[in-house]
Amino acid sequence: MSTSSDKAAKKYIVGVDVGGTFTDVFFLDEATGECDVAKVPSTRPDQSVGFIEGIRKKVDDFSELATVVHGTTVGTNALLERKGAVTGIITTKGFRDALEMRRRDRPQTWGLWGQFEPVVPRDRRLEVGERTLADGTIHEAVDADEVKAAANQLLELGAESVCIVFINSYANADNENAALAAVREVWPNDHIVTSSEILPEIREFERTSTATLNAYLQPPIGNYLHRLETALGDDGFEGQVLIVQSNGGVMSVDTARRLPIRTALSGPAAGVIASAHIAVAAGFPNVITCDMGGTSFDVSLVAEGQSALSAQTNIDFGMVVRTPMIEITTIGAGGGSIAWVDRGGLLQIGPESAGSNPGPVCYGQGNDRPTVTDANVVLGRINADRPIGGKLDRLDVEAAKKAIMVHVGEPLDLDVMQAAEAVIRVANSKMAGAIRLVSIERGHNPNEFAGMPFGGGGALHAGALMKDVGLKNALVPRFPGVTSALGCTIADMRHDFVQTLNGVLGDLNVTQLDSQMTGLAGKGLNLLEEAGVSFGGIDTVFELDMSYMGQTHTVDVALPIIYEGGATGVSEEDIREAFEARYRQVYGRPLDGIAIRVLNLRVSVIGRRPKFDLSLLAPKGDASLESSHLGTRQVWVDGAWHEANIYERLPLPVGTIIPGPALLEQPDTTIFIEPDLTGLVDDFGNIVISRKPEA
Amino acid sequence: MIDLVTLAVLKGRLEQIADEMDATLFRSAFNPIIAEAHDASHGLYDAVTGETLVQGKSGLPIFVGAMAFAVKAVIEKAAKDGDLADGDIYIFNDPYDGGTHLSDFKLVRPYYRDGKLYCYLASVGHWHDVGGNVPGNYNPEATESFQEGMLIPPVKVYVKGEFRQDIVDILQANSRQPISLYGDFNGQINALDLGIRRLTALLDEYGADTVTEALGELKSRAAQLMRSNISELPDGTYTCDDWLDNDGIVDEPLKIALDLTIQGDHMTLDFSRTSDACAGPVNIALSTAVASVYVAIKHVFTEVPANSGVLEPIDIIIPENTMLAVKAPKPVGGYTETILRIIDVVFGAVAQAAPERSNGCAYGTINALSLAGHRVDGRRWVMFSFFGGGHGGHPEGDGLNHGNAPISTATIPPIEILESAYPMFFTQWALRPDSGGPGKNRGGLGAIYEIELLEENADVFLFGERGRYAPPGVVGGGSGALNKFTYEQDDGYKVPPMASKMVGIKIKKGQHVHLETPGGGGYGQALQRDPLAVARDFQLGYVSRDGAARDYAVALNDDGSVNTPKTEQLRQGAAQ
Repeated sequence: MSTSSDKAAKKYIVGVDVGGTFTDVFFLDEATGECDVAKVPSTRPDQSVGFIEGIRKKVDDFSELATVVHGTTVGTNALLERKGAVTGIITTKGFRDALEMRRRDRPQTWGLWGQFEPVVPRDRRLEVGERTLADGTIHEAVDADEVKAAANQLLELGAESVCIVFINSYANADNENAALAAVREVWPNDHIVTSSEILPEIREFERTSTATLNAYLQPPIGNYLHRLETALGDDGFEGQVLIVQSNGGVMSVDTARRLPIRTALSGPAAGVIASAHIAVAAGFPNVITCDMGGTSFDVSLVAEGQSALSAQTNIDFGMVVRTPMIEITTIGAGGGSIAWVDRGGLLQIGPESAGSNPGPVCYGQGNDRPTVTDANVVLGRINADRPIGGKLDRLDVEAAKKAIMVHVGEPLDLDVMQAAEAVIRVANSKMAGAIRLVSIERGHNPNEFAGMPFGGGGALHAGALMKDVGLKNALVPRFPGVTSALGCTIADMRHDFVQTLNGVLGDLNVTQLDSQMTGLAGKGLNLLEEAGVSFGGIDTVFELDMSYMGQTHTVDVALPIIYEGGATGVSEEDIREAFEARYRQVYGRPLDGIAIRVLNLRVSVIGRRPKFDLSLLAPKGDASLESSHLGTRQVWVDGAWHEANIYERLPLPVGTIIPGPALLEQPDTTIFIEPDLTGLVDDFGNIVISRKPEA
Repeated sequence: MIDLVTLAVLKGRLEQIADEMDATLFRSAFNPIIAEAHDASHGLYDAVTGETLVQGKSGLPIFVGAMAFAVKAVIEKAAKDGDLADGDIYIFNDPYDGGTHLSDFKLVRPYYRDGKLYCYLASVGHWHDVGGNVPGNYNPEATESFQEGMLIPPVKVYVKGEFRQDIVDILQANSRQPISLYGDFNGQINALDLGIRRLTALLDEYGADTVTEALGELKSRAAQLMRSNISELPDGTYTCDDWLDNDGIVDEPLKIALDLTIQGDHMTLDFSRTSDACAGPVNIALSTAVASVYVAIKHVFTEVPANSGVLEPIDIIIPENTMLAVKAPKPVGGYTETILRIIDVVFGAVAQAAPERSNGCAYGTINALSLAGHRVDGRRWVMFSFFGGGHGGHPEGDGLNHGNAPISTATIPPIEILESAYPMFFTQWALRPDSGGPGKNRGGLGAIYEIELLEENADVFLFGERGRYAPPGVVGGGSGALNKFTYEQDDGYKVPPMASKMVGIKIKKGQHVHLETPGGGGYGQALQRDPLAVARDFQLGYVSRDGAARDYAVALNDDGSVNTPKTEQLRQGAAQ
């Protein structure tokens, strides 16, 4: 990565993904091109302990580390468990409840038993006299003394961070900036956020929520990163630390401290980035990634090598974050999801889950209701004598059978094997529904996509899902359990900006637009430069959110501009053409004679980090299918027992063909190749699953 | 018999077809009432009876149920004309046959399989403007449906796959928003096309016989599930009456009365004691009334599926003379207020039978408020929105502050979007203290909205309710606050004579309109609320010091903490 001679000893790029159960580390030795992985238990509350231990598994001298890239769930957990800082809000008179009133919604369509607790309670949301109108006119200037008094009151209430959010500040941030200066005079730390700095975009609730959550995360994320840097430094580390953002790009620690809200989906985003990279290298530019955990199943679509980004994400009911994030669709079907028969006599899976504690019945930790994992154990697909994760010695198959019989078999009049298979079929059908949601429902043809499981659980179901949805293949990466850590090492550096314009094409001042575009691009380029990382190249992408006047949903219009510094050369005609082309693509026919609205400008600056050659991961050595054979096991499929071969997965050499039924075991996952499917070890060590040719 | 696992799989696949039709229309619709508020719905319906087979989960709740009547209207029309053919699509908005109001346009398409009628697919969406006296069609002074908009009976807009432009020409000529209308119409056609493709693929994969059997089985299982739910309620008759303020024409209250009888696994909802048909637009058609019962039932028994089996063990009695079963041309434009009240009386009756399954009533009015005028350059502007309020307290906790109406899943537009589009700005957008109904679990808070005009003149229209009869609590809980609307004139703030309904109020630049919406009803007795919870409500400003003493018999010290001796005294006094 670096060319300066004094850094010659720094040879490792390390990706660290801290998940709920395990901390995964991926090591890349840049000098030799060799890779290695480590897995240690995650530590809580201080994740940095497991982090350091994980790296030390393979590297003792931290001065050998060039770059450490980190996917973190500290932010996600703080949000979900409401364990951020004591935060205050200073806002426009008359609007202190914007955060709590949301957009007037409810958690569920059916049933009116909803509740909502905002992260900043009402008594720490203070109002000051000030008002900006929609056109940017200052209707009432803000009074610095009133703001200082409000800030002091928040400090008395114990606030550690503060968010300043004024109505219409996207159109003119003068009042917010004046308030910021006033708060700075009395606030004892740097945890002061203005909404126009975080998200200068129209829509007060979304801006308030995003900026407030940012203030809420600044102290805990700042403290965590400080502990991490200190711990690394104590062991002689002198390199760069980078943090993965929810948009799949990385940022510097300084940026992360300032914009911690961008880490909300840091961990899962790294997994999707890695999957996209592995899949493209393997010749599958179109994949649907599937992460099956204990309680949920997350899917994400990668088309032409690009992962889909969504502009806004609900972390929880009423907890809205409006920054670009990798689009991940989650349904409540995981290994721990409970199977039950409803009062109408229909078999249901989830949403209730046994999680990892007490976990499935076969764990023997007190749960007696059957889960998806229990069904997999009964059907012979999971090796009861060799549980993944290493916490348990063996799994209790008989207890799993009994639970399935009592809760599924008897009510449905099925024997235990039929009942277990029914559980898997309904669970697969539910997961297939999630895959259809992100593919068929978005206009993609599933036959052009491969399913790509990562994480521990998905590879057992990949073949069935592939058949159910009509996917072309399933692609199981070489190290499914450490995909996110691997993704950390290859993610690009990326910074996204937005500015609301809210103008009409024709009246829009193009010169002014050009200076806004170059201004935001310049900000991004500065951040890249300050990070001190070298890049293979830098891309600047300009997009506009546009619609016809009267429409409320906008389309994202990428402008055909190759930016190399200086003016962008943007023109009204280019914008119009780009809009009409995009509108045609999304909705069909563009409409003549209706004014065109330009709502937001979006700018992304992407520093391309070098990628390592994935073929380095491929198996080496002289193993063969025969030498990797571990034995056979009876597996129940389609109403009958089949004798499945069991193989040690990792030594299987490139080019090996594995006919189903087969089970491939490796420390972090089990892959099931169904009787009518066949597996192939590709050049990178991935397993490509296909249908057997029709006999 | 179909195996139960295939059944569970097919259930998910069928629901996904309807969901996907919903999503297609939401994305491509031209008007925000569909695009943002999701005032639309799609489903599959029985070839013979029109009964709901499967309906999407993301559409407007009230259409779950109403659409069966719409399809039935088409079946009867086709039987009369005897010319139903593959490739036909019917279009209509007749509310007396198909339910709801004139704004909702229904498209119904027969689906043929191997030359035989297999089922119907239908799409309904709320169009922006369908003519009538008032833009947007919420006319509180309508006495005949002719003042509310055009009425189109079931006619073919596609004949054997051939599009009839002349029908759409007629529709467009009768709307203030012809382009929006055309965009929404096309979106609905696209949704039907997509439904046909997906259903064909499913039938190819599983075979028509299997899918037919699954549909029948799903219906009988829904009925079984509903029966099992009803059997858990104690036998008896439970009565609940509630009131509408007035009909906008005659200032007299209107009674919505329910006698709910549980007998074993059967339930009868008798609305016979309800007021007669009225002059103004708060009447509803029978189909609308049945659909709203369905919504109420689904809010109580959340797991029952959206198919006709649910209503099998339920009888609904609604005499023709009542305001719940009117015929043309009685006005029905304000149907939302009446069906909200039907839902409230169902909650009230269920609370007596099964307190643990119920909740306090929600705020109970949609408050359709519009400001309209002309800009300096002569361009016309109309700001139109529905406003929120509190949800009822419930067994698990306090009611949700500022929620949406039980009949809808719509969100409210951002203030900043409204301010950027119209010459007005909000001076307040806040929770309303003391508006939640007192209770062991308090009702959620309603809201205060205040708007100042930036142009010289504007006309203000309001269609609301609960100005005189507050949302009741249940199981001993108190009522939420009344709806309160005032508008500023040169000599101060005024109250509309009909409380929450008024047309053409004139306001000037710098003047305000001020709306305070109801909170939800409480759940359980207020005296049982933990005094510490009351103190916290006071600290957060949800409940005032006076409210704490008056509604909860809790005395607070100067610092806001509970004064325990005084509180005990107050509570003993209140209990006697």
